[in-house]
Amino acid sequence: MEKQATRVAYGKTLAALGEEKMFFVLDADLSGSTNTKTFGDKFPERFFNCGIAEGNMMSVAAGMAAAGVPVFASSFAMFATGRAFEQIRNSIGYPRLNVKIAASHAGITVGEDGASHQCIEDISLMRGIPGMTVFCPADSAETQWAVKKALEIDGPVYIRLGRYAVEQVFTDCSNNEVGKGNVVADGTDIAIFATGITVAAAIKAREALAEKGVSAAVVDIHTIKPFDTELANYYASRCGVILTAEEHSVIGGLGSAVCEAVCETTPCKVIRLGVNDEFGTSASAGVLVSHFGLDAEGITAKALKALGK
Amino acid sequence: MNVQLLQEKANAVRIGIIESTHAAKSGHPGGSLSCTELITYLYFHRMNVDPLNPKWEDRDRFVLSKGHCAPALYAALAHRGFFDPSRLTELRKLGSFLQGHPDMKTTPGVDMSTGSLGQGISAACGMAMTAKATNKNWRVYTLLGDGECEEGQVWEAAMFASHYKLDNLIAFVDFNGYQIDGAVTDVMNPTPIDEKFASFGWHTLVIDGHDFEAIDAAVEEALKIKDKPCAVIMKTVKGKGVSFMENNYKWHGVATNDEQKELALNELKGANA
Repeated sequence: MEKQATRVAYGKTLAALGEEKMFFVLDADLSGSTNTKTFGDKFPERFFNCGIAEGNMMSVAAGMAAAGVPVFASSFAMFATGRAFEQIRNSIGYPRLNVKIAASHAGITVGEDGASHQCIEDISLMRGIPGMTVFCPADSAETQWAVKKALEIDGPVYIRLGRYAVEQVFTDCSNNEVGKGNVVADGTDIAIFATGITVAAAIKAREALAEKGVSAAVVDIHTIKPFDTELANYYASRCGVILTAEEHSVIGGLGSAVCEAVCETTPCKVIRLGVNDEFGTSASAGVLVSHFGLDAEGITAKALKALGK
Repeated sequence: MNVQLLQEKANAVRIGIIESTHAAKSGHPGGSLSCTELITYLYFHRMNVDPLNPKWEDRDRFVLSKGHCAPALYAALAHRGFFDPSRLTELRKLGSFLQGHPDMKTTPGVDMSTGSLGQGISAACGMAMTAKATNKNWRVYTLLGDGECEEGQVWEAAMFASHYKLDNLIAFVDFNGYQIDGAVTDVMNPTPIDEKFASFGWHTLVIDGHDFEAIDAAVEEALKIKDKPCAVIMKTVKGKGVSFMENNYKWHGVATNDEQKELALNELKGANA
């Protein structure tokens, strides 16, 4: 299947969903980039551009939801969760309103625009808000699932979307469950917990590891919150080593979630692969993925190192 | 409009503000007392609400953007029948349905959770936009503080309301002249607030915020304006109705002690007689 960015799948899903469900879509002057334009072109009476004013947009979304209409609010992850964090926390999170924050251009795969636009803190910020569901889909099929599921959830949801085209990992995600990790492949030596773009890379890394005699499990964490504590503890016990891989800071993201999940009941070695407490930088997405070791080669090397091989 | 009745209700609201903040040993009496007439007017004369069905879909909405003045809103809701006024003294206590700042999830009649300044007016815009986009006739009222107008988000919202021609929205500004650290003109001058709203495309009025007739005339005028939101700048007195609190910014965020409470209540109950 052809590569497609999750933001593109988001726009298409919104446009399709608009046929059957009543909701509004907001954007902050990035509708062409976040792909909300796909919905806006089809349902102009339900699409509102808020201009370059993300804080206002989030509180407007809250007011709409308080008046009974669910809302998808989109911008780049940096501005949605960074600039408008407190509006999300107080106007949306605290009253548990039906606002779905779907943010594109998350992580370092923003590419050439550089560190100012590469949000590597959004998972950390969003999962810190009580009651927030956090989705980080791996491909188009999983994005479609997350967007539909977000509308079914009564309360705030964050959906993390990427800019660059990714490989299609799944064909159908209708059996995904919110808050349950998806075991893509089982293994006994090491468990790789991946999310977003690292899921495809982890699957490839698993094959490379198998050639070296290492049995690796691959778990797709499409829902970072609520986190699948049970599954993390299962693999902590089964493998003794968990490697987390994410296009996010190693502080506060998936790696942290796994550590929190296992530390109290099944302490084990957790190796966190991600951006190491530093900012991103300008380069093409592909170069950056490789630079930060988030590709199959990087995951493989990290796994072997973790196992002392 | 029965002005005498509204004055009596306003006095009852003021008594509720003093009693509830005294019981809580904290809260914001100064700004609650300055916006009492407006909130009383909205709940006892203007807004189409049903205390027996607080979530009624077609009700008018009120967003207290200056959320710290919750004691005034709570007292008005209580006297309007949303809950028993005797419960106002539960304010700010553990597990209370009367949180320090408005919480739409716990207090019947509260339409939006607020408290972080600048966000309420945006939420009010979202509600007004929803009414328009779903062809509903209900209206949205919001109340800002003058100090609150220092928040940039207020002007993002002002731009939005004007851009989308939200003529079903009225924003009142409680211009009592003071914020926590002192006079608004000394701390960070937000004036001229009326001209700022006008330049953002709003129909703008300046009135005496303690005069029910003036408030009513402003709202009647605003209802006739098409394609523009309306801002009503209300000149008010911080701490209005309690002599030792009037125009003293130190009463922004502290409650009365026992003696001060009695003094305040004596003044207010005298005004009721």
